[in-house]
Amino acid sequence: MPIDKIVPDVAAAVAGVKDGDTIMISGFGFAGVPNDLIHGVLDSGAKDLTVISNNAGTGTEGLAALIGSGRVKRIICSYPRSKGSDQFDARYAAGEIELELVPQGTLSERMRAAGAGVAGFYTPTGVGTDLAEGKEVRNFEGRDYVLELPLRADLALVQAYKADRWGNLIYSKAARNFGPVMALAADLTIVQVREIVPLGDMDPEAIVTPSIFVDRVVHIDNDREWDI
Amino acid sequence: MSTAVSTSGQGAGFTKLSRLQIARRAAEMIPDGSFVNLGIGIPTLAANVMPEGKEIVLHSENGILGVGPAPAEADRDRDLINASKEYVTLRPGGSFFVHSDAFAMIRGGHLDLALLGAFQVAGNGDLANWTTGDRRFPPGVGGAMDLAAGAKGIWVLTDHVTKKGEPKIVNTCSLPLTAPGVVKRIFTDIAVIDVTEGGLVVREMVPGLTLEQLQEMTEPPLTLADDWKELVVA
Repeated sequence: MPIDKIVPDVAAAVAGVKDGDTIMISGFGFAGVPNDLIHGVLDSGAKDLTVISNNAGTGTEGLAALIGSGRVKRIICSYPRSKGSDQFDARYAAGEIELELVPQGTLSERMRAAGAGVAGFYTPTGVGTDLAEGKEVRNFEGRDYVLELPLRADLALVQAYKADRWGNLIYSKAARNFGPVMALAADLTIVQVREIVPLGDMDPEAIVTPSIFVDRVVHIDNDREWDI
Repeated sequence: MSTAVSTSGQGAGFTKLSRLQIARRAAEMIPDGSFVNLGIGIPTLAANVMPEGKEIVLHSENGILGVGPAPAEADRDRDLINASKEYVTLRPGGSFFVHSDAFAMIRGGHLDLALLGAFQVAGNGDLANWTTGDRRFPPGVGGAMDLAAGAKGIWVLTDHVTKKGEPKIVNTCSLPLTAPGVVKRIFTDIAVIDVTEGGLVVREMVPGLTLEQLQEMTEPPLTLADDWKELVVA
């Protein structure tokens, strides 16, 4: 039977998301954010969510809307404070959202470790700072390193440029950012793409995320600009 | 190009550099052939004022090597932005890659230089640039700790004093550290200062500024380099 990961719409793409889930969301700034999928999660009504994303949303749509809805209890990110991050800022100031701040390279490497079956790694990042507090420090060849543990998720919401029915992906420019490494680290990787191509059309040398890391693909052909 | 403003008060007879001029001076001093990361704030402006005649490859933490200057408004691409979330271009030879590779380049010691912003820099090179500790202003570490730990050299680009006029170059950082002892050179709106084992050495000062005036705005003791120059930027 042919493998076909393409689903008809956003609701089908996020079907099964539930209260208490941990959700990775791709994007850096406004590039590569899967806004349609985020609104699918919002429409599902799921609550008590933990979100893992580089930023904490800006404007009134996308991640800012999800945070503004009060359904995100915890966010793990590197850089929540941005121009327009009012939704997060207000909830953070009021103590209504928990923040785990992670250095950006540690964030992406923890995802990679989770997806690659690595139980942890020692990094020089953060040594001697508040973000290393309570973590094991070990000296290798005269330099201190901090032990960091894998970071996995129930779902990853990813934006890519093109997919085929197996779920092979290519991305567009700097909108790639966290997409490929989040696809490794989640139990269920859901991707919104601007274009679907027949199997075999993509240059195998150029595929960025191989099909094995992808579970569902939804085609979003509207090119609206979100308030993010 | 120049948007420098005259300082007022204290009868100061010198002109501060604009943010773009700070970036330009730092860009002029980047060695030819370097691979350089530009952090959020003043550093990302450097991409617009890179010196002619040198080939320098700019890295952006969000997965770009070969960052070029800002595009014309009509050529903006929402998929092509830098660490400051500003539109950029890609130079011939440029490439895109996943975040974990962007940080392998950073953490793995492959970058010659990182230009970063700062809240505070201490005389021993300690850097604080990720949190003010004030809950109204959420912290943001981004890639700063990775860059501070991994790049071969760290230059800081910053105003010399805070908006309230307090020194940003201090004896001991009162704010939480990004990394201890990493800053090698500080470019401000009035001076260029090297962090050395023997203390802070002033390489350049804007015309009209005296060492005494500069010292008043700087906590750790300053030494003037024998071959110091006037800090003049186009």
